[in-house]
Amino acid sequence: MQLTINGKVENLDVSTVMDVLKAKDIDPQLVAIEVNTQMIDQENLETTSLKEDDKLEFLFFMGGGA
Amino acid sequence: MSFTEEQITRYSRHILLPEVGGKGQKKLSQAKVFVVGAGGLGCPVAYYLGAAGIGTIGLIDSDVVDLSNLQRQVLHHTPDVGRSKTQSAKEKIQALNPDVQVNTYEERLTAQNAREIIRQYDVVIDGVDNFPAKFLINDACYMENKPLVHGGILRFEGRVMTIVPNESACYRCIFKNPPPAGVVPTCQEAGIIGVVAGIIGTVQATEAVKLILKIGQPLTNRLLDFDARTTTFREIRVKRNPTCALCGPEATLTELIDYDEPEACAL
Ligand SMILES: [Zn+2]
Repeated sequence: MQLTINGKVENLDVSTVMDVLKAKDIDPQLVAIEVNTQMIDQENLETTSLKEDDKLEFLFFMGGGA
Repeated sequence: MSFTEEQITRYSRHILLPEVGGKGQKKLSQAKVFVVGAGGLGCPVAYYLGAAGIGTIGLIDSDVVDLSNLQRQVLHHTPDVGRSKTQSAKEKIQALNPDVQVNTYEERLTAQNAREIIRQYDVVIDGVDNFPAKFLINDACYMENKPLVHGGILRFEGRVMTIVPNESACYRCIFKNPPPAGVVPTCQEAGIIGVVAGIIGTVQATEAVKLILKIGQPLTNRLLDFDARTTTFREIRVKRNPTCALCGPEATLTELIDYDEPEACAL
């Protein structure tokens, strides 16, 4: 399905948010995820289904200030 | 308090702005900003806030200046290597603007001292390099009801977000807990383009000035991500999370947490 991930349109064969993480090899511990501006709790990654044209934001930890 | 001729000249480019004027400059001169960390972000933030005539700047850092800091920590000069970062920073700020009072804290911000220090300031700037401290600052600012300008930098990227307690999303609304120690690299481990610290720090300083003057729209409920490789800023809309353990309706966090510090990296 067609998704917008961090502003870029992508076509992925996925049905849940967890599928996207797996497809992109992203550790769920390292990212906060928004689907259509709604934050998704870690516990709900597998149960959150995606539909055509959903907008996802992967927010990675960005640490340093020093 | 009224301004001297010299001060009117010094701040004339501020005073010329209808949104600032003499009244706004007076607000700046009465404001107290607490900058956590006198490093890559803290240096440009404190430098510009000092130039702007912020009345009191609090600086906390327990480190001494290392030669590898000088590529980005612009308040520290070559002869400062080995000296306390807060002392080095204080000297430069006061050389630039003797009107500014600089309070230095040569220690780490901890669950024990955070609220008591933060309580004495109007705005807080996050310029720290580790996640436990970022969560500590977020939580302490919420508990003391102080606006916080969060910042982070790594490699070619940076991020800023302003947090107004009870009005906008906090850091925990997005990131529930610090990542496991050691899995997210620090600047020390992964590197940083020095000037990215300047870009992010000066955006943080801009936010502080706006908060004090109450002008414009603060960077609340928005994460501003910068990528130097493409010179692009991207804004990500966020909102308060009803399940936030700190600021949500069923909040459970009422005490500050001293997380285990990640392993210090060998320099
Ligand atoms: Zn929150």
